[in-house]
Amino acid sequence: MIDGLVTVQTAAEPAGDYWSMLFVFVLATFIGLGVIRRVSRLLYTPLMSLTNAISAIAVVGSIAVTGAEYPATIRVLGAIALFASMTNIVSGFLITDRMLKMFKKQ
Amino acid sequence: MTYAVAQAAAILATALFIFSLYWMNDPKTARHAVVAGVSGMLVAVLATWFQPEIVHHGWIVLAIVAGFIVGVPLSLVPLTAVPQRTALSHAFGGLAAGLVGAAEYFLGLTEHPAQLTAFRMSAIVAEVILGFLTFTGSLMAAGKLQEVKWIPQRPVTYPGQNVVNIGVLVVAVALGVVVVMHPTAAWSAQVFSGIVGLAVLFGVLLIIPIGGADMPTVISILNSYAGLSAVAMGFVLNNKLLVTAGALDGSSGLILSIIMCRAMNRSFTNVLFGAFGTVQKTVAVGEQKAWKQETVEGAAQLLEQASLVVVIPGYGMAVAQAQHKVRELYDQLTKRGITVRFAIHPVAGRMPGHMNVLLAEANIPYTALVEMEEINPDMPQCDVALVIGANDVVNPAARYAKGSPIYGMPIIDADKAKTVLAIKRSKNPGFAGIDNELYVQDNTWMLFGDAKAVIGDLVKQLAGGSGIH
Repeated sequence: MIDGLVTVQTAAEPAGDYWSMLFVFVLATFIGLGVIRRVSRLLYTPLMSLTNAISAIAVVGSIAVTGAEYPATIRVLGAIALFASMTNIVSGFLITDRMLKMFKKQ
Repeated sequence: MTYAVAQAAAILATALFIFSLYWMNDPKTARHAVVAGVSGMLVAVLATWFQPEIVHHGWIVLAIVAGFIVGVPLSLVPLTAVPQRTALSHAFGGLAAGLVGAAEYFLGLTEHPAQLTAFRMSAIVAEVILGFLTFTGSLMAAGKLQEVKWIPQRPVTYPGQNVVNIGVLVVAVALGVVVVMHPTAAWSAQVFSGIVGLAVLFGVLLIIPIGGADMPTVISILNSYAGLSAVAMGFVLNNKLLVTAGALDGSSGLILSIIMCRAMNRSFTNVLFGAFGTVQKTVAVGEQKAWKQETVEGAAQLLEQASLVVVIPGYGMAVAQAQHKVRELYDQLTKRGITVRFAIHPVAGRMPGHMNVLLAEANIPYTALVEMEEINPDMPQCDVALVIGANDVVNPAARYAKGSPIYGMPIIDADKAKTVLAIKRSKNPGFAGIDNELYVQDNTWMLFGDAKAVIGDLVKQLAGGSGIH
């Protein structure tokens, strides 16, 4: 019977929002392809650690799960995810900078 | 008001991330990229943290501090270990996405079943599958790169492997469809856990048959998956910043994977399901010719008389940590007015750009690093091609040996140089497990030994030092 309830909800969900998310995703992918294509081939290793740090933007989702008024078990999962993302942000940006510093013209 | 602040912060962070990637188009501006990236991240984190829904701060602070404690040492690894570090960070990214996905599902299940709409459930399932397979797959890749004892380095294959692998993924997706249709049935939580288990298993199975030579491609693909799992998280949380940042990461991984695949003349499916590197001892070309070994003195003399030297580095240089000695050799040669160029094959090393970073670390100016396509037309004018721990990327068999696993792969035309000097650790074949006829060519001279030691001896010889025999 719970299934039935969900079906009703599904029918009522605002579909427009999801389409706009999909829209954003497609546009961002095209921007990504355009920008990454122009990245210097010398810098592919730091590029990977940089995009790694940037995609650790998942930290935003982790904060939302960890800090909200949710059951403790849920918040523990969020805290572990937050730790993992934070590690990527810190090590990703630091090592990218460390590598980029090394590229000298002369 | 807080909503507007959050949205404005997301737009600002997105713009900063795009600028960050844009500045990577030139080593001159590249360090701005880090500043922009950090600023974007800071804006996003603070804007989220100050939302009114965030009421518990203790665990957030704790997790952030822990992230710093682990993250700082991870950023200080030697540059030869950067491939493993990168794989490990993909694992962390996947784990974060997987855990948030699971948290959102169980939260919905216990608190707000109505929120588990078909769309949201599909996004959660995608997030969890992508997240957990990236987690274990990247851990396996990191283990292989780090040469952890209990993870086999060589590709492991068995009959029916592809059927098993694809089967596991198909079952996971099928269970996903079931959970999307029945998110709150009495058995749904178990099915959901089953999906997590299968994704974890699939990540392991996916990497077992991968060999070292495929690592640049595999790391790029995992990079893309890590980005896509962040996108899925964005769909789940209805957060456009997550979607854009994840899409930027995903497209970066995609482009790198395509470049790596092209550089090996292979397709995605071939890399993931082809088990490259299975030793093919049968491809002995013609009669077995013998190596010609050169002494350090002789090699130094050859180098001294050259006017153009092209150095072709490979993974062997990284393993031997020889880049600083290579720099000394570079100094010795340029001092004599000899032009020295470094020919970089896109898949040399264990990740995209690996050689460039190692040589930059040794203070070799990036203007001396030349891509394969640019150096190849100059190779006939090259007096000495110095191959340092590279093998498959200079193997002429790639041009014609149809049975060879590297057939069709673009190579650096070392064999067209007037003289080839090859430094090789042992007489064994390279990662692809095939003989390299470059080493037995008439104009090739071998220097056997650890790359660092051999180049060190060459430098001493050139510097006029004594004690070399």
